[in-house]
Amino acid sequence: MQLSFLLVVLLVLSSLAFYLGKKRAFQVSQGQIRNLHSLPAYYGLYTAIWCGIPALIIFSVWIAFEPAIITNLVVAGLPDEVRSIGPDRLNLIINDIKNLVEGNITSRDVDENLQAAADHYQSLVTTSHAALAVVVLCLTIVTGAITLSRIKVKQRARNTVEKVMTGILIFCSSIAILTTLGIVLSVLFESIRFFREIPLTDFLFGLEWSPQTAIREDQVGSSGAFGAVPLFAGTMLISLIAMLVAVPIGLLSAIYLSEYANPRFRATAKPLLEILAGIPTVVYGFFAVLIVAPAIRDAGGYIGLDVASESALAAGLVMGIMIIPFVSSLSDDVINAVPQAMRDGAYGLGATQSETIRKVIFPAALPGIVGGVLLAVSRAIGETMIVVMAAGLSANLTANPLEAVTTVTVQIVTLLTGDQEFDSAKTLAAFALGLMLFVVTLTLNVIALHVVRKYREQYE
Amino acid sequence: MSKKSRTIDIVRAGMKKRKAAETRFRLYGLAAIALGLIFLSLLFVSIVANGYTAFAQSYVEIEVYIDPDRIDPEGKREDSVLSRADYGGLVKATLREMFPEVRSRRDKRQLYRLVSTGASYEIREMVLEDPELIGQKISVWVPVDDEIDMLLKGHIDRNSPEADRRVKDKQIAWVDKLISEEKIEKRFNTIFFTAGDSRDPELAGIWGAAAGSFFTLIVTLILSFPIGVAAAVYLEEFAPQNRFTDFIEVNINNLAAVPSIVFGLLGLAVFINFFGMPRSAPIVGGLVLTLMTLPTIIIASRAALKSVPPSIREAALGIGASPMQTMVYHVLPLAMPGMLTGTIIGMAQALGESAPLLMIGMVAFIVDIPQGAFDPSTVLPVQIYLWADSPERAFVERTSAAIMVLLAFLITMNALAVMLRKRFERRW
Repeated sequence: MQLSFLLVVLLVLSSLAFYLGKKRAFQVSQGQIRNLHSLPAYYGLYTAIWCGIPALIIFSVWIAFEPAIITNLVVAGLPDEVRSIGPDRLNLIINDIKNLVEGNITSRDVDENLQAAADHYQSLVTTSHAALAVVVLCLTIVTGAITLSRIKVKQRARNTVEKVMTGILIFCSSIAILTTLGIVLSVLFESIRFFREIPLTDFLFGLEWSPQTAIREDQVGSSGAFGAVPLFAGTMLISLIAMLVAVPIGLLSAIYLSEYANPRFRATAKPLLEILAGIPTVVYGFFAVLIVAPAIRDAGGYIGLDVASESALAAGLVMGIMIIPFVSSLSDDVINAVPQAMRDGAYGLGATQSETIRKVIFPAALPGIVGGVLLAVSRAIGETMIVVMAAGLSANLTANPLEAVTTVTVQIVTLLTGDQEFDSAKTLAAFALGLMLFVVTLTLNVIALHVVRKYREQYE
Repeated sequence: MSKKSRTIDIVRAGMKKRKAAETRFRLYGLAAIALGLIFLSLLFVSIVANGYTAFAQSYVEIEVYIDPDRIDPEGKREDSVLSRADYGGLVKATLREMFPEVRSRRDKRQLYRLVSTGASYEIREMVLEDPELIGQKISVWVPVDDEIDMLLKGHIDRNSPEADRRVKDKQIAWVDKLISEEKIEKRFNTIFFTAGDSRDPELAGIWGAAAGSFFTLIVTLILSFPIGVAAAVYLEEFAPQNRFTDFIEVNINNLAAVPSIVFGLLGLAVFINFFGMPRSAPIVGGLVLTLMTLPTIIIASRAALKSVPPSIREAALGIGASPMQTMVYHVLPLAMPGMLTGTIIGMAQALGESAPLLMIGMVAFIVDIPQGAFDPSTVLPVQIYLWADSPERAFVERTSAAIMVLLAFLITMNALAVMLRKRFERRW
């Protein structure tokens, strides 16, 4: 924990710089603060910024690149016959070296070479940290001292400090862009590697999904088929069932709450319904497994239907319940946005309330409702925990809601949890599925937001 | 004249039908709300009904003779010897003594299954703490095995055929004898709140997962609150109207709707594989959840900033404050309650999230309680997921109980947010 100590020292030095800078400002103003361009605290901040930020940047860059450089150095120090065994096994050895350094269990017996490499690694890390400490501390003191000596009465300390603050604000806002970029790049790169092994057309149009690839050449029962159509079909089936539950219930309750309910009823029923949106999805998954799936199976058994215990119906039904508040609050917003004049016009012509709603308000609000439903569909497609717990694993291509189907998200989870090599087609397939998921939900969101915005403009 | 009366006749004739349609439509709406509320109450009732029993655990009193020959044959009382001694054997000997009539090996094995494997750990702790106990006969209350606990709680039907039950007839007879001797007692299940995960339901607790959740949330809070507020301040107050700003806004809106599992893929590819951060650690979980909750916090903070009236800004600017000073000293303090409310809601979301954490390896079976943000750990929702997958009947009630704890946290956080909003909400 030497590094965190260094960070603390850095923090202390910066605070000291703040104090010294402030004092220095008093000094140069010769006791007349109004001679200064900025308030004294700004000179303090100015010194602290110059003292802390360059050192902090050096620190982060160092930490980010240290592991890679040290690993390379250790590998370079390994005997030649070890280095020539190929990247996969070399990785294993490197892992062992790291485990040895941290005192964990290694996968092989510790021999001389390994011990030597571990010692080498350890000494490199120590050297690197010591060097980092020296560099950072020197930099802090030098920049701090220079800044301190340059404080003058006419210096525009506040403007500089505010510029730095604006820079930090801009950086924080750009994290949203960086995140999107990170998502796109991480799924795209792995997907490209995947599509080099499995052609894109096989993935998009193949009808069979069984991602067990052979580890050894002679292994039986591992066909390694990556046709994603059954997954897409399963996802759509479950989302469809969810929508069949959520849209009518959500829409009708929104209509009742906004058009019929008195304020008191609305004030109690609306938050109660919204509790459904705050319940973690893992709870819904447990509910589906524990209550809904057995109930559906028993009900099916009563009327002589054979229902799988991981039926699409159970997962879809529970997912629908989860989405009800989503649909209802979005529809509520758009229904409330329909101008009162349209209602009054309809009443004036003698329409009953329900006729007004069905023939005037609903058509007027339809684009907004469609947008809301599209957002809900994208939620349903991306929902993970409910289907991981309540839907099946086997990729059946079926439209029967009583059978078990699997979804894109279920497959991503099963492919990526547990230990496996990161380079196999199996794990890369998860990223290809992730890419599909991202593209589809993104498209739905863009369309939905566009529709909703278009609709809002119409009535503003 | 005749034409007019015909129209009104048509209207009157249809009136009854239209009124009926009106009533029907109203009822549909009410039914929809009722259905939603029924689902909600069904969910809560089923969780509570399944879970409340987990807060009690049956204990059995056994009188263990701490046999010096077994524990410390050399009599040196060294910790290294004492900590490795065969305490399980002591418990077994005690059980044999309590039921001397049990002879056959099969019956003995069933007898040993009455008591949790945790009993030997408990005795070990006691002996290590006070080596004086060696050679004495002590009476301790130890947890019973989970199957027996299920029997005592009535989750296993005594009248079903023996082959269908995990608990055999003989075991039931022994348990009944212990009950008649008042040696079995139900107590508050402290293990559930203080232990880490375990394969044995009676020894499994949520404390490890709760600690993992705590560290993850701390990391999330430390990162997402300042970043979210800074981003909101820039976008709402300083950003010029240009392409770059538009691009940021589009990105934030889209990120708010990206499925959470995609953030998990990002965490796996970037934080773990590229930056080489530790798997299963709360620090990575916190980073992923930060990226996920940022849009929520930014959107809420912007709304809070928007609700501060422009007159405040104009007054500050008018007496010579710079835009940044106006922001820091006047607008931000007024917008803070709204921002905090948004942050708490974002944290509640993060607390309930599990899918992205599965991707970064926070699903491992971890017995030790994490001590910091770099230790391998799991979080409450993932613990629920893991227990829900376990076949033992006793894990069903523990899963439900863990859900109750999680929901209690979420309700508290949301109530706090509502209170904060009520307390500090200002109408200008």
